[in-house]
Amino acid sequence: MKIVVTVKLVPDPNAEKRIDPVGMRLVRSGVETVLNPYDEYALEAALQLRERLGGDTTVTAFSMVPESTKETLRKALAMGVDDAVILSDASLAGSDTWATAYAMAQGLKKIGFDLVICGGLADDGSTGGVPGALAEYLGVPGLTNARHLEIVDGKLHAQRETDSGYQVVSGALPALVSVTMAVGEPRYPSLKGIMGAKKKSIATMAPADLGLDRAVGSDGAKTELLAIAPPPARGSARVVEAADGPTGAKIIFDFLKEKKLI
Amino acid sequence: MTESMRVPLPDALDFLGLDAQLTDEERLVRRTVADFVADRILPRIATWFEEGILPRELAQELGALGVLGMHLHGYGCAGASAVAYGLACLELEAGDSGVRSFASVQGSLAMFAIYRFGSDEQKERYLPRMAAGELIGCFGLTEPDFGSDPSAMRTRARRAGSDWLLSGTKMWITSGGIADLAIIWAQTDDGIRGFIVESATPGFSARNIEKKLSLRASVTSELVLDECRLPADALLPEARGLSGPLACLNEARFGITWGAMGAARACYAAALEYSKTRVQFGRPISSFQLTQAKLVEMALEVNKGTLLALHLGRMKDAGTLHPSQVSFGKLNNVREALAIARSARSVLGANGVTLEYPVIRHMNNLESVLTYEGTSEVHTLILGQAITGSSAFV
Repeated sequence: MKIVVTVKLVPDPNAEKRIDPVGMRLVRSGVETVLNPYDEYALEAALQLRERLGGDTTVTAFSMVPESTKETLRKALAMGVDDAVILSDASLAGSDTWATAYAMAQGLKKIGFDLVICGGLADDGSTGGVPGALAEYLGVPGLTNARHLEIVDGKLHAQRETDSGYQVVSGALPALVSVTMAVGEPRYPSLKGIMGAKKKSIATMAPADLGLDRAVGSDGAKTELLAIAPPPARGSARVVEAADGPTGAKIIFDFLKEKKLI
Repeated sequence: MTESMRVPLPDALDFLGLDAQLTDEERLVRRTVADFVADRILPRIATWFEEGILPRELAQELGALGVLGMHLHGYGCAGASAVAYGLACLELEAGDSGVRSFASVQGSLAMFAIYRFGSDEQKERYLPRMAAGELIGCFGLTEPDFGSDPSAMRTRARRAGSDWLLSGTKMWITSGGIADLAIIWAQTDDGIRGFIVESATPGFSARNIEKKLSLRASVTSELVLDECRLPADALLPEARGLSGPLACLNEARFGITWGAMGAARACYAAALEYSKTRVQFGRPISSFQLTQAKLVEMALEVNKGTLLALHLGRMKDAGTLHPSQVSFGKLNNVREALAIARSARSVLGANGVTLEYPVIRHMNNLESVLTYEGTSEVHTLILGQAITGSSAFV
């Protein structure tokens, strides 16, 4: 069974985010590039699945990144992923959700897969649109927001998170699934894994290898960013004091009731 | 594009940009250990320190992470570079010196002794399980009456047929009370030799030293060896004389050179953060000259000390590092870390004495780090001898 995990590289989420006011894009220079934290859950889900399935199951990480940042993928390899493939070319810069999904779908077809696992969204753009669009372009079942995955009798079974609980769904393979943080905390790369990761391959493919029949990058973007604005400042907080816990609890309770929150 | 042409302002916590001097692999090691410390150590360390405990499960967690004996090759060890090992020590000690001490004793003292001086059978038997944290090791050199002068040790092993009978007392032994095995150095008719003593051996007992105000998240013990009968294959065949244990200490001291800068960075970071939010006389105290003088002094010494550690690490990886240069690192970096911790404590005012902040915990820990693995006095004399050619030890 061949599992491919899509991985995005994002600016360190712990660093302060800055927007270039002219280009209206996130400033990525001067900030460490890391694996998208949500994709680490997808990697964890894939590695768990490989451990349960055993046999000849492999996990490949697939990313659309500039060649210069591909070493960041070593962390995925150090976590235990078998190999990595990047899709890299200047023409891909500025791709929006659709262009990204289209280009990556062609790449995934070329790599081949039984199951694609995606993180729920990326920490930088936060559109969350790629997994659904990928499934559509790939023409495979797309099960999003899964909290648990199983492969039983060659079929994918997933628990799909909803606002009030979860749905139990299944789909034929090949399929695509996106996962939530409930799949399990991503493992630390072991130091042995880190030392072994340098021997694993990170292959590069270019759009020219894929026979794309439409424009990608900013030329192929269906969305246009018109303006950016900081979120409105929050109103000042109301601070109350109480003599003891029960009195304080009552004040909070009355406040929530007044706002019809409980 | 002025943005990319302008040299960016240095990071306050890595002012010399040393992270950029690391390889991708070294950076990933550093970040992995730092993440582990943030997730698994920092939320719990103040409680461990207060209660005077180090949970045994931590050994397996550190084993799974791969830091135990990470610079050794084979036997389940990662085979990392000296710099990568140093970075792991730095990040562990940014959590707590007790946690780093555990890893140092396990990897650089107990495992290294077997790795360097043991037989193939001893290596196969112990190292993989020690790397996994399933077996905990300790290292018995110091005695109640012999600290800086280990050559005068009283612990003695004598032949009894093909066996050995071992008697004596070892003191200030990190991990002693939780250890499954101890590397014990003893006088024999053939000079000082090393033995692997399993803690289940009749006559072996450990008494933990509870009343201490430093390295509280670390087990420190007295080991009593009362006619312990050891099989012939408990002897480390390749170690003869004091050079055996000193080679192990040299490994651990190298890690301390890095680790001390982890504790120092944590104190400096806490002081810097606190100074920016603590308002007095209507202004953050970071805007006052006296506070800035303290913070800048800390920044200078943290960055210089880390640069020194990296330099020594590169030399170690190149095979050009002399033991006296490790003394240089240990002496300077622990001394400066302690000065930084004390200064940071003063920036935090009264808050600096609480366990809500890491500073006084690091400060108290560093008092032990100053003394163990060669006191600052001993390292001074090693350096004195190295530069003058005259030994001033006696």
